[in-house]
Amino acid sequence: MSEKKNLFNKVWDLHNVGTLPTGQTQLFIGLHLIHEVTSPQAFAMLRERGLSVMYPERTVATVDHIVPTDDQARPFKDLLAEQMMSQIEKNCREFGVTLFDISDSRQGIVHIVGPEQGLTQPGLTIVCGDSHTSTHGAFGAIAFGIGTSQVAGVLATQTLALGKPKVRRIEVNGELNPGVYAKDVTLYIIQKLGVKGGIGYAYEYAGDVFDRMTMEERMTVCNMSIEGGARCGYINPDQTTVDYLRGRPQAPQGADFDKAAEWWLSLASGPDAEYDDVVTFDASDIEPTVTWGITPGQSIGINENVPTLDSFEEDDRAGAQEAYEYMGLEAGQSLKGVKVDVTFIGSCTNGRISDLREAAQLVKGHKVAPGVKALVVPGSQLVLKQAVEEGLDKIFEEAGFEWRAAGCSMCLAMNPDKLKGREVCASSSNRNFKGRQGSPTGRTLLMSPAMVAAAAINGHVADVREMMEPVGV
Amino acid sequence: MNEIKQVSGTCIPLILDDIDTDRIIPARFLRCVTFDGLGEHAFEDDRQQNPNHPFDNAKYQNSSVLLAGRNFGCGSSREHAPQSLMRWGIKAIIAESFAEIFFGNCTALGVPAVTASSTDVDELGRRVEADPQLEVKVDLVAKKVTAGDFSCDIDILDSARDALLSGQWDFMTLLLENQEFIKQTAEKIPYLSQFA
Repeated sequence: MSEKKNLFNKVWDLHNVGTLPTGQTQLFIGLHLIHEVTSPQAFAMLRERGLSVMYPERTVATVDHIVPTDDQARPFKDLLAEQMMSQIEKNCREFGVTLFDISDSRQGIVHIVGPEQGLTQPGLTIVCGDSHTSTHGAFGAIAFGIGTSQVAGVLATQTLALGKPKVRRIEVNGELNPGVYAKDVTLYIIQKLGVKGGIGYAYEYAGDVFDRMTMEERMTVCNMSIEGGARCGYINPDQTTVDYLRGRPQAPQGADFDKAAEWWLSLASGPDAEYDDVVTFDASDIEPTVTWGITPGQSIGINENVPTLDSFEEDDRAGAQEAYEYMGLEAGQSLKGVKVDVTFIGSCTNGRISDLREAAQLVKGHKVAPGVKALVVPGSQLVLKQAVEEGLDKIFEEAGFEWRAAGCSMCLAMNPDKLKGREVCASSSNRNFKGRQGSPTGRTLLMSPAMVAAAAINGHVADVREMMEPVGV
Repeated sequence: MNEIKQVSGTCIPLILDDIDTDRIIPARFLRCVTFDGLGEHAFEDDRQQNPNHPFDNAKYQNSSVLLAGRNFGCGSSREHAPQSLMRWGIKAIIAESFAEIFFGNCTALGVPAVTASSTDVDELGRRVEADPQLEVKVDLVAKKVTAGDFSCDIDILDSARDALLSGQWDFMTLLLENQEFIKQTAEKIPYLSQFA
C-alpha cells in the first residue's frame, strides 16, 4: 500500500465495491450494528420488497435507547417501548440476526457492547443507525452513523452509498494536566473547531495525548467527533488496541489473532501519510471543560467565564443570545457555583468502567448534596457486573447516588429517566441541545464524569481539581 | 422512481443556526415502529414554547419549501427528523449548510436539501415574510432558486443532484444491482477470510 495513504484511505479503498451512477462510492460494510429505535422501519422496507439480510452474521443487534433502567419486568410499563422491544425480537428472529436482548448478559449501549465483545476491530467499516457510531473509530475502524433507509440498504446488500470525505489530522501534543480527561479534550477540540468545523471531514486524532490514552478514553474522544460535524473520527491502531482486543469473545483467537494484529498495525497512517488538513493543539492549554450553551461547541474551561456577546463573530451572536436565554446564564459569569438539580453519569460517551471508577474515586467518603438527584447508569450489563465486583455500586449508593441497570437512560431520555421542567443537569453525555434530556425546557451542562461527581457532591458546578489529592510534592 | 427536477410552493422561513434533529422531532416521538404520524409533531417543543413559531403561523401553512440557517439537522442520525418534515408537507429545504447524515437522509427520501449563501438566504427570508404567498421554485436543473423577481444560485452535492434528477435517489435499487461486485469485494477483505 502507498505510504502516502492515511488509514482512512486504506480502509476506504479496501471496501470500495465500485462507483455508482450517482458518483458515490458503494462501500462494503464489515459490521452493521442495529438497535430498537432506527431498525423497525428498515425491516419493514425489506419485507415490502421481499428482501433478506445479505450477511446476517455481520449484523448484530442490541437494545439500549428505550430500556428502562429501574423496573425491567416485561411487558414494560411503557407500551410503546414494549412494542419496540417485541418488534426487534421478532425482526432478529425472522431475519437470523444475533440479538443481545435484555435477558442477555452482553446487552448494553450499542457503542459499548461492540468494543466489549471484540466485534469492533481495526480496519473494519462499521455503520449503525445512530450518530455516535463514530465511537468505534477508536480502534482504527471507519465508523459512520446512518439513517433508517440506509439501514435497510445495508441489511439488504451489506453496502452503503457514500461520498468520500476529506481527512483532517488533529494533533494534540504534550501532557494533560491532572483532572483533565478525554471528555475535556474532545469538548476543547469541538469548541476550537466549531460544531460545523468537521463538515466534509473524517477526523484522525493523533499526537502524544491520544497515543497515551487507553482504549476507553479513545472511545470517548471518537464518540463526540459527530458533535464537531465530522462524519467519523478515528485513532490509528497500535499496541494498546491489540492488547485491548486480545481474548475478547468475537476477536480472532489463537494464531488468527496474531495474523489479525499484524494486519491491524499495518493499516496505521505512516509518517509520510498525506492529509487534506492538519491542526495542532497543546495539551497543557486544556482545562476541565464545561458547556454553558445549547450546542457542544459552546463550552469554556472551568476557570473561564461565559463569553460575552461581543467576543463572538457576528454570525454566531444570534446563537449565543439564544443560548444565554435558554440556559438562564449571564454573559461574563462563572459556571462555578451554578446550582444543579440532577447529575447523570452514563451514556455511550462516558458509561464505561473507567468512567465509573474515576467518578467513584472522587465520590468515596462524600455525600450527594441535599436536593440533588444523582444517577449512575452503567453502559452495559458487563460494565455493571464489573463495577459491582469492584464495589463501585456500594460507593455510589452510600454517597446517595441511584444505581441503575444498563441503558442509554437520561442521555436522550427515550425511557422513563427524564429531566423535569427547567431542571439543570450536570451530565457526562454528549448533547446539550434544547430539550435533549427529556424536558422541553431542561438544561444540560456537559462535562467529564469526574466533574459530574464533583457537581453531585457540591450541589453546584465545581472544579474537580479542588477535590483531588495534590499530585507530587 | 420519480425524477425530481423542480420543487415549487410557498416557503416557511426558519432562519436559525444549528437546529438539531432533537428539536425537529423530540426523542419521545421515536417510540414508534413506523414513521406514520410523525408529521404533526415536527418542532413540537419549539412550537409549544413559541406561539409565533413559523410552523404554527397561519400564513405559512401548506408550505412545501423550508428555509433554514447554518448546520441544519445536526445531532442525532434519526431519519425520523426529515420524515417528520416531509410528512408535515416539506418537499425541499434551502439552508446555508446541512449536517451530513441529515443531508443523506433527505436525499434518500427524495427531498432536495440545497445550500445558498447567507446573503441570499436572508434576502429570500425577507421576501417570504413580506409576501407569504410568494411562490418559491427550487430548480435542480438550473441550480437556482427563483421567487418573483428574486433569483439566486444554489448548490447541492453532485451525487445527490444526479440521483434526484435521474430518479435514482432510492439507492436500494442501485445497491442491489451490484451483487456480483459486492461478493468480489468481500473476497478481498482480510477479516472476512480469517486473515488467511
